[in-house]
Amino acid sequence: MSHLLEVKNLDVKFDTDEGRITAVENISLSVDQGEVLGIVGESGSGKSVTAKSIMKLNPGNTSYNEDAEIILDNENVLQFTSKQDLKKIRGGKVSMIFQEPMASFAPAIKIGAQMVEQLLIHKDINKHEAKSISINMLKRVGIADAEKRFNQYAFELSGGMRQRAMIAMALSTMPKLLLADEPTTALDVTIQAQVINLIKDIIKEYQMGVIFITHDLGVIAQVADHVAVMYLGSVVEKGPVNEILKNPKHPYTKGLLQALPDINNLDAPLSPIPGNIPSPLDRPTGCVFRTRCPHHNPEGKDGKIEMKLIEVKPGHWVDQCGIKCGQNG
Amino acid sequence: MGDNLISVNNVSVNFDYQENFISKKQKIHAVNNINIKIKKGSFFGLVGESGSGKTTLGRAILGANKISSGNVIFHDDERDYDLTDMNKQDLKEYRKKAQLIFQDPYAALSPRMTVRDIIAEPLEVMRITSSRQETDERVRDIAAKCRLNIEHLRRFPHAFSGGQRQRISIARALVSNPKFIVADESVAALDVSIQADILNLLKQLQTELNLTYLFISHDLSVVAHVCDVVAVMYLGHIVEMGPSRELFKNPKHSYTKALLSSIPSIDPEKRSEAIELKGEIPSALNPPPGCVFRTRCPNPGVDCKGGEIKMGLIEVEPGHWVDQCCAL
Repeated sequence: MSHLLEVKNLDVKFDTDEGRITAVENISLSVDQGEVLGIVGESGSGKSVTAKSIMKLNPGNTSYNEDAEIILDNENVLQFTSKQDLKKIRGGKVSMIFQEPMASFAPAIKIGAQMVEQLLIHKDINKHEAKSISINMLKRVGIADAEKRFNQYAFELSGGMRQRAMIAMALSTMPKLLLADEPTTALDVTIQAQVINLIKDIIKEYQMGVIFITHDLGVIAQVADHVAVMYLGSVVEKGPVNEILKNPKHPYTKGLLQALPDINNLDAPLSPIPGNIPSPLDRPTGCVFRTRCPHHNPEGKDGKIEMKLIEVKPGHWVDQCGIKCGQNG
Repeated sequence: MGDNLISVNNVSVNFDYQENFISKKQKIHAVNNINIKIKKGSFFGLVGESGSGKTTLGRAILGANKISSGNVIFHDDERDYDLTDMNKQDLKEYRKKAQLIFQDPYAALSPRMTVRDIIAEPLEVMRITSSRQETDERVRDIAAKCRLNIEHLRRFPHAFSGGQRQRISIARALVSNPKFIVADESVAALDVSIQADILNLLKQLQTELNLTYLFISHDLSVVAHVCDVVAVMYLGHIVEMGPSRELFKNPKHSYTKALLSSIPSIDPEKRSEAIELKGEIPSALNPPPGCVFRTRCPNPGVDCKGGEIKMGLIEVEPGHWVDQCCAL
């Protein structure tokens, strides 16, 4: 069976005044229907850039490599240039939920009008039908008095409610793929738990593929089926969620897990990953993590080992330099 | 008062609120009748969701928000400062001794000043040092303690990453040699790998410089790791307070229990064990009468549902205080 989404050898580069920045290098990922792929990494690791490439939402100074492919539903998104084609993916086959719902709703247009507008663009229906679909969707995501909220502005809703409305809006066009970019980061834990449960229910109900981007490994453990760990534009480890969190191989994944305060083990010291994430302008050659790696082997340190994922167990892929370092640590 | 550094006695903070100029004036009850004692050398944690009043309380203790009723006493070596009854001179003295570290290291540092000037500014404003040489010495001294290089001091903040910027903010807060630090969500904007570094630094500085912290955070696992005593706030009230290990091992209030269970577990096999709280935190404009948590409480009793039980902490075990509605 072919995958719903397949990203092959994707590089994303930005041309800036200070030179060409490699934001993402040689990424390959796939998502099946009804599956949640979690992408985890720190700020600047290229998670959002990867997701935005799928909708071709990156800014004008972006260049993609020629042999990259983003196959969505048997079509290569990167080949799309006409507005007509792009419209099919943006909000049609693919929807996106952003981190800050206040920034993603237009402040001076009623929520209902925004929901109806996108339905009219993507579906062959009239205004009346669009309104009833929208209100049903608002009810589905647990918004009380949906009819009233439909006629309100984004600022009149609380944070959790806004995020629910955002989810309702993203889902109302019945996309095949949902990109959720840090959808719970701005929320309080109790609201986060509500929103996570909602997203899980909805995935089950509509059987869509989801890419869930977050920096929070706990959230990943709760929602994802597969995980890709990104660092400085590269995937350093990927595999089934259980395998990655319980049996991590790459020193970066291990470091992330150790840096996380665990409420069930208060005696464990907090061990930060030493150093800072390098600027993408001087991206290390070879293994990208070698400047901060606590257990680097001599070859890896010189940058002589190229980045390449190797399958260590069925479905569990680790960067080849990381396998060696991981054994030392 | 012996070993307490700060005593907060029955403090309430209200804000006036008027929706538009013809509507009635209302009061927002941001912080209600709070009593806490912060021991010298302790790491006091204040947790709660947004809108629970934790920042307002922190600012009130620093004298940055007006206290509507009650008082805050700062027990210094020679004398006590009463925050509600302080003249300008006292306030200046107090500001040297109590400082704030902000949440967002990107917004807290002026982009037009060098790191040296940023750290030196409090010394100059408070006229603590008398010569440039002395200022430089103290800046270099505190920068080294916060693990910044001398070479960093000449640069501007834009050249630094989030973790380094937060170290600059810490250096700036500590340069006046304060005794008390309010750290308001100081690690919330940082990546986990850096967050651990800053937490370790705060701990290390605490022992080195004899500091007392009020650590405000929404992240329970962070608080559990660094704090000795924790108070859980909800809608302007403290609903539970106690030594952090005891409180996290043996939470008594249903809100604390729900908060703890809402932390997403790192174990993929332990999914959806969260006690799901319905709805959201009510508005502080008209908080529910009686127990403020009852509108979301997963197991409200008959009495509290009617709002008949007043808010008030009861000591259930030595040092462990729980709001009476849930303690009963």
